[in-house]
Amino acid sequence: MRLRLVPQETSFDFFSKWKIWLGISALMMVVGLVSFGLQGLNFGIDFRGGTTVRTESTTAIDVGQYREAIAPMELGDISITEVFDPTFEEDQHVAMIRIQAQASGEAISGEVIEELQQALDAVAPGIKFVSVESVGPKVSGELVQTAILAVVLAIGAVLIYIWLRFEWQFALGAVVALVHDVVLTIGIFSELQIKFDLAIIAALLTIVGYSLNDTVVVFDRVRENLRRYKKKDLSEVLNLSINETLSRTVMTSVTTLLALVSLYVLGGDVIRGFVFAMIWGVIVGTYSSVFVASTILLWLGVKRDWSKQANTAGNQFGNIDA
Amino acid sequence: MLQIDLWKRVLIWLVCLTGLLLALPNGFYTRVEQSNDAAAEIIAKGDTPERQALVEQWPSYLPSSLVNLGLDLRGGAHLLAEVKVEDVYGARMDALWPEVRDALRPERATVGSFRRQQAPEGQIRLKISKPEGMGRALEVVRGLANPITSLTGAGANDIDVSGTGDLITIELSEAEKLASDDRTVRQSLEIIRRRIDEVGTREPTIQRQGADRILIQVPGIGSASELKAIIGTTAQLTFSPVVGRGSDPDAPAGVGNKVIPSVDEPGAFYTIEAAPVVTGEELVDAQPSFDQNGRPAVNFRFNTSGARKFGDYTAENIGSPFAIVLDDEVISAPVIQSHIPGGSGIITGNFTIEESTNLAILLRAGALPAGLEFLEERTIGPELGQDSIDAGKIATIVAFVGVLVFMALSYGLFGLFANVALILNVALIFGFLSLIGATLTLPGIAGIVLTVGMAVDANVLIFERIREEIKSGRGPARAIDEGYSKALSAILDANITTFITAVILFAMGSGPVRGFAITLGLGIMTSVFTAIFVTRLMIVMWFERRRPKKIEV
Repeated sequence: MRLRLVPQETSFDFFSKWKIWLGISALMMVVGLVSFGLQGLNFGIDFRGGTTVRTESTTAIDVGQYREAIAPMELGDISITEVFDPTFEEDQHVAMIRIQAQASGEAISGEVIEELQQALDAVAPGIKFVSVESVGPKVSGELVQTAILAVVLAIGAVLIYIWLRFEWQFALGAVVALVHDVVLTIGIFSELQIKFDLAIIAALLTIVGYSLNDTVVVFDRVRENLRRYKKKDLSEVLNLSINETLSRTVMTSVTTLLALVSLYVLGGDVIRGFVFAMIWGVIVGTYSSVFVASTILLWLGVKRDWSKQANTAGNQFGNIDA
Repeated sequence: MLQIDLWKRVLIWLVCLTGLLLALPNGFYTRVEQSNDAAAEIIAKGDTPERQALVEQWPSYLPSSLVNLGLDLRGGAHLLAEVKVEDVYGARMDALWPEVRDALRPERATVGSFRRQQAPEGQIRLKISKPEGMGRALEVVRGLANPITSLTGAGANDIDVSGTGDLITIELSEAEKLASDDRTVRQSLEIIRRRIDEVGTREPTIQRQGADRILIQVPGIGSASELKAIIGTTAQLTFSPVVGRGSDPDAPAGVGNKVIPSVDEPGAFYTIEAAPVVTGEELVDAQPSFDQNGRPAVNFRFNTSGARKFGDYTAENIGSPFAIVLDDEVISAPVIQSHIPGGSGIITGNFTIEESTNLAILLRAGALPAGLEFLEERTIGPELGQDSIDAGKIATIVAFVGVLVFMALSYGLFGLFANVALILNVALIFGFLSLIGATLTLPGIAGIVLTVGMAVDANVLIFERIREEIKSGRGPARAIDEGYSKALSAILDANITTFITAVILFAMGSGPVRGFAITLGLGIMTSVFTAIFVTRLMIVMWFERRRPKKIEV
């Protein structure tokens, strides 16, 4: 007896309501962009400079008391949040203190940290600073640039690769799906105001990779079926291809999500934001490869004159899928 | 058809076996680490029975490379420093001034008398009393220039000399500034490395980043402040003639002199000559010690040329004070009692034992040629690192088991084959990481977990394809064969695109992000290898033995 998530044969019609799907996607992208425009992202210190201190104490945390203890130091804008996590011990109380970037181009000085520790020790005896990270505004500006460049480069490189392997319509479809995924991910980070730091950029790029993985598998089948069923409509071929690969799409998403969810629950709070981005990305990426990439492809149409066979001749994998 | 050459089979199993062997030490992390450390100590400090015993904890015929743990897992400090390369320009000009003076002196008849003027840092300005002699003056000063030997600056001179009216301006040329910046950063890098090695921590990372930045990561150190105390000071030691002493920091110093504060006497300021008699660069040794009153002090010794200069100066200036200056602060200003030959001496001041030890380390390692500005500082406590390792371990195991069970349920026997491949896959990742000495970070662990989830993808693609082939009525052997060959293009395309993003991440990212890119990229390669070769080989071997009439995937 086998576990089957998807029946052996499916014939869902993915395109009868394609306007609705595209509409939903467009709406969600607009919501994400508006949210981004209105409240922006909750940038971590990597991107806007400043200092975060992770404290650990055995006494319960009173954010108000912490704030009062720090206030005399006049460090400017300070945010204090308590961190909760199922992996913590009973008497392990963790807080994150974020201090805005100080006026000079440098990171925060050791004396300030020492002073801070003394001030907090008065309200929470025995408090420990388990991590202190400080980024000067000079670097954070560059990090923003590099991050944006990385995402753009990745999408560009992929566009070129798919264009070489398939045709420009496929490449465009895949890239629209990627942009869709990236916008929705940034949108949810803005909407929920989850901390957006360097690791999230890594997550974004992985989402790009994953979503692409999915899209390429579907497209690969589309290309194959286009050659096999020369008489069928493009929409029929697309539907058939998606149905044929559906079982695989779901299997892979489920195993990946299985791994990610266990990391989300058990992996500790330090990487939770990062894992959250990836879980969201896997879901959105799977959705977009079916409902966005393929729909765009349907919309653009494909040249179906395969008699020349010129498209795959120019690269090293040209003969594999004969 | 379903035939795999013998040599291919052997090769595939050999790769797997090598991967397992390379990964093995990581299963006994502490033990292997102690053994490696002891082996290194034996080379550095000599053999002792205890060290020998530690070494023997791990058999020498097995590989002993380990995956390095990143700062976020082990705890430690991370600094990104910018070298203030312009600092050097001023010193270069001060060193040039005596040469200029000596070259112009014989030309007094044509240029008249000349005086150095106040000028921005990094420039010499001098006024000559006979502007009509400017041509000759420029010629003489330009004669001091040296051609640049660097590749990019070929043909250019190291100084730019220009004259307007009665004023001559000398500064470093652009080409020389570039060359000098590069030298300064490389020197700083070398000195930082020496200072950190003196303290003796494990596996520090000291890298140049971009034109003028240095990245320093030291695992196991208590805090970034501690690390800064070791590398942060320039430790520019000079022995300078004292011109005067006063209490006004803004007292007019006179050209070629400067006013600097005293460390031990609050409110006291010394006026010293900017060009020192001897600098710390001519030290050959410095050791912490105690003075005759039992207070911590630092003993030092000059090299021959330094010793000669110091000896000559002290012989000529008995009775006048001179200053021992560290980073533009007077540590002490003793009066020269007698001629000091031999070139050794002692620096006394209000030191604690720790300070004198640190100062000795700094002096031994040499002075940083320029100041450092710290742009990024991170300290991660060892407890947090351990928590992250523990959490990462549990999460990886749970993810692993979940995927294994799920695959077995979905694909039966073939799922088991995929599971063996998955286990091999993770072993291969760890094996490669150890082999190339890569660093495992927390996002790196996430990368491995993600690979565990995604690695099955290639197998899923193949198995689904085999199912389809069976459904369309092909026999078992043909179905397997077709399944593999038809799934290949999708597998390659899908993984190459993901690999492209991993490469970009690696190129653009730093630190933890890079760790993630490495595990992701390696994971893609190993998962493709295990799917295309390992599971296939297992299936073929099973098939050859059983010859089933019907298969169920």
